[in-house]
Amino acid sequence: MSGHRTRHTAVTGLGVVAPNGLDADTYWKSVKEGASVLDRITREGCEHLPLRVAGEVRGFDPSALIEETFLVQTDKFTHFALAAADAALQDAGLGSSAADSPYSVGVVTAAGSGGGEFGQRELQKLWGQGSRFVGPYQSIAWFYAASTGQISIRKGFKGPCGVVASDEAGGLDAVAHASRAVHRGTDVVVVGAAEAPLAPYSGVCQLGYPELSTEAEPDRAYRPFTQAACGFVPAEGGAVLVVEDLERARRRGAFVRATVAGHAATFTGASQWERSREGLAHAIRGALDEAGCAPEEIDVVFADAMGVPEADRAEALALADALGPHGTRVPVTAPKTGIGRSYCGAPLLDIVAAVQAMEHGQIPPTPGVYDICHDIDLVTARPRPAELRTALVLSRGLMGSNAALVVRRGPGSAV
Amino acid sequence: MTRRVAVTGIGVVAPGGIGVPAFWDLLSNGRTATRGITLFDPEGLRSRIAAECDFDPLAHGLDIDVVERADRYIQFALVAAREAVADSGVDFAAEDPWRVAVSLGSAVGGTTRLEHDYVLVSERGQRWDVDHRAAEPQLHRAFSPSTLAADVAERFGAQGPVQTVSTGCTSGLDAVGYAFHTIEEGRADLCIAGASDSPISPITMACFDAIKATSPNNDDPEHASRPFDAHRDGFVMGEGAAVLVLEELEHARARGAHVYCEIGGYATYGNAYHMTGLTCEGLEMARAIDDTLAHARVDPTEIDYVNAHGSGTRQNDRHETAAVKKSLGAHAYDTPMSSIKSMVGHSLGAIGAIEVVACVLALARQVVPPTANYETPDPECDLDYVPRTARPRRLDNVLSVGSGFGGFQSAVLLTGPSGRRRG
Repeated sequence: MSGHRTRHTAVTGLGVVAPNGLDADTYWKSVKEGASVLDRITREGCEHLPLRVAGEVRGFDPSALIEETFLVQTDKFTHFALAAADAALQDAGLGSSAADSPYSVGVVTAAGSGGGEFGQRELQKLWGQGSRFVGPYQSIAWFYAASTGQISIRKGFKGPCGVVASDEAGGLDAVAHASRAVHRGTDVVVVGAAEAPLAPYSGVCQLGYPELSTEAEPDRAYRPFTQAACGFVPAEGGAVLVVEDLERARRRGAFVRATVAGHAATFTGASQWERSREGLAHAIRGALDEAGCAPEEIDVVFADAMGVPEADRAEALALADALGPHGTRVPVTAPKTGIGRSYCGAPLLDIVAAVQAMEHGQIPPTPGVYDICHDIDLVTARPRPAELRTALVLSRGLMGSNAALVVRRGPGSAV
Repeated sequence: MTRRVAVTGIGVVAPGGIGVPAFWDLLSNGRTATRGITLFDPEGLRSRIAAECDFDPLAHGLDIDVVERADRYIQFALVAAREAVADSGVDFAAEDPWRVAVSLGSAVGGTTRLEHDYVLVSERGQRWDVDHRAAEPQLHRAFSPSTLAADVAERFGAQGPVQTVSTGCTSGLDAVGYAFHTIEEGRADLCIAGASDSPISPITMACFDAIKATSPNNDDPEHASRPFDAHRDGFVMGEGAAVLVLEELEHARARGAHVYCEIGGYATYGNAYHMTGLTCEGLEMARAIDDTLAHARVDPTEIDYVNAHGSGTRQNDRHETAAVKKSLGAHAYDTPMSSIKSMVGHSLGAIGAIEVVACVLALARQVVPPTANYETPDPECDLDYVPRTARPRRLDNVLSVGSGFGGFQSAVLLTGPSGRRRG
C-alpha cells in the first residue's frame, strides 16, 4: 500500500522507563555500554518462585511524576506508561497541549498482562475478606486498556484510541497501528507499551512458559545465540513514542528523530520456533516491501533473541532467508540481554535503542553474550561505530506472532 | 482501487441458545436470557444475576483436549468461529495462509481462569507469597489474552496478522474495525474477526458491584436489563462470543460466496473525560458515527437502524441518545434504535461483535430486533427504541455503536446488498 500513501510517519518523541534507565538518555547510555542490570528478583512474595532472575525497574517514584488521583486508580504498568508518555511528549516539544484539536491526537498501547499487582491485591481482598472489600478501581486498573484510557484522559487526547493485547510482537503491531492512524489522517499518536509482570502471582502465571529462564545466576540467565541459551528473562518497563504526520512535524519545526517506514506481522503458532523461521522471514519481506527498502539498505538488526536454541536458529536463518547474503553480513544486536524482556514493552525499547543508535552512529552490543553459535554478525562486548540510516527491529511472541518493523533515521533520510 | 470488505460468514455463542438460529430466534421473539447466576455461588454480591450461556463444549464439537486446555472464553470463540467458517464456505486449506488474518477482541480475557488458580495458590486469599506448586499446568495461557487470537488462528491455519484487541467494552466493535482496515488496506484478503468474553466470575462481578454499574434487581432477573427505560438500574452481566468471516469483496465474488453485507466504515475516539463516566452530550461518539458515515459515503438520513450500546445504566443510555441525535439530526427520531443487551446481557468485550452479528441478521431478515423490557419512557431518552416486539422494516444501512471503560467510543456501519455503494 506504500505506493498510494500520501502521509508518512515521523517519530518525534521518545520516553523510557526501563530497568537500566528511567529516561531515554540514561537508557541509551547503559545500552551503548553493554551493561547488564539483570539481577535476582527482590519483590516481596517472589522469594520462593523458581523464577529467580529478572529485569526490575528500580528507583522509580511515580508520586514525583503523576498526580495522586491517577496513581490510586492505576497499577504499576500504567504508572510506567504515564511517565513514559509524559517524557515522550516533552521530547517531542508537545508538552501538555499537543494539538489544535483534541481529536487529532490518538493513543495506542500494547499490553500483554495488564495490572497484575493491583489485581492480586484486589483478589486477596475478595477471597480473604469478602466481595465488599473489593475497591472501586479494580474494574479500571487490572484490564488491558487501562494505560490507553488513562493517557487519553490525563492529557485530554480524544483521537483514535487502541489497545493491542498481544504477545511481545504486539509492541511492534501497536506502532504500526499508530502509524496507520497517522496515514488515515490523525495528526499525532502517542504509542507504546510498558509492562509490570513481576508481582508474585504474575510470576506464577509465567512459570508455564517453556521458554522462561529459571537459571539463578544473572550472568548466565539470558544468553541467546549461544550454546548456553536457556530461555529468556522477564522484565518490567517499556517505552512510549510520539509519532506524527511527517509534514506536520516539519511545519511545526519539530526535530524528526526517525520515520516509521514499514511493518508486517505473521503468525506461526505458539512455541513453534522452527516454523517461526518462515514466519519471521515473511514478516521481514513484508516490512521491507512496505518501506520500499532493499535488503542491503538495512544497516542494523535489533533481534528478537528469544534465548531458546531452536528459536535463535530460526531467527538467524530467517535473516538469511529474507535478506539473502546480506543476512549474514548485517550487524545484529540484542540489547535486551542486559535488561530482560518486558513482553510488549521489549520491542518498544528496541525501537528507542534503534533510533538512538542511528543518531549516534553506534551499534550497541549484546550484553553478556559471547561464543555465538549461529551464522550472524552479532555485535558483542563493545559498541561498534557505523553509519546507520535504516534499522530493522524484530519481535516474536510466546503465543506465535512474528513482526518486523523498518525504522529510518530522521533528518537527511528521505522516506 | 478501493478494496471493499464483505461479511460472508457468521457464528455466535450467546445466552439463550448456541448458534445463529437460536440467537435470532431469541432476538426476533424478544425473549430474555437473564437469570440468577448459576456458574458460581453469588451469595454476598449486590448483583447476583447474569445472562449465562448453557454451553456444553463437547456437544458443540470441541475435542476433549481442547476443552481441557482452553479457557471458557476461548471455547466460545472456537465454536463461534467454526460456525462462521462453515457458513462462509471458505476452504482455508486452499487459501494462501499469509493472506488470512485474525482479529479478536476480549475485555477481560482469561480472568476467570486467573481467579480460579489464584484461589488455589493463595489458600483462598490468605497469602501474598503465593505457592506456585498449586497452580494448574495451563495457567500461563490465561496470563495474556493473546491466547485467544492464537488459538483461533492455529485452528484455521491463519498465518497473516493475528491480533487480540482489548479496548474494554468496545473490544468487539474495534476488533471488527481492525479487521476491516486490515482487508481494506491490503494486508489480508480474509479475516476471522469477532470477540469473546466469559466474565461471570466473583472478581468481575465484585468489581462492577463496587461501582454499582450492574443491576441489583435480583428478584426479577428476566426483566432486570432495561435499556432506555425510566426504571433502568444498571447492566446485567453477560457472556458469549461472535465471529464473522470478513473477506475482500472481489475475493468473495470470485468464489461465488454468499455476501451478507459489507462493512462500510469504522471509527473510534476517546472521550478523554473519565474511565467510567460519560458526558451528557456524547460528542465523541457522535464524531465516531460521523467519521464512519463519511468513510462509507453514507448520509445520516440513509441510516435505517441503530444498534445501540444500550447497556441500561443511567448515564450510558442518555449519553448515547444524545450522540445519535447529534449525528443523525431530525432523522434520529425516524430511526429505530434498540439494545439487544435487554435480552442477552452485556458480555463486556464480546458484546460488540455479538451486536454486529445481530446487525448482519437484521439486514438479512429485514427485521429490527426489539428492546425487551422497555415499558416506561425516560424524558432524556426520547427516540424510538422498538419496545418489546421485533419490527419488519426495509434495512439497507445499519449502524452499531459502542462505548467502553477508558472513554472509548466506536461505530461500525453495515451496508446490505441494496444499500448505497461507495464509488
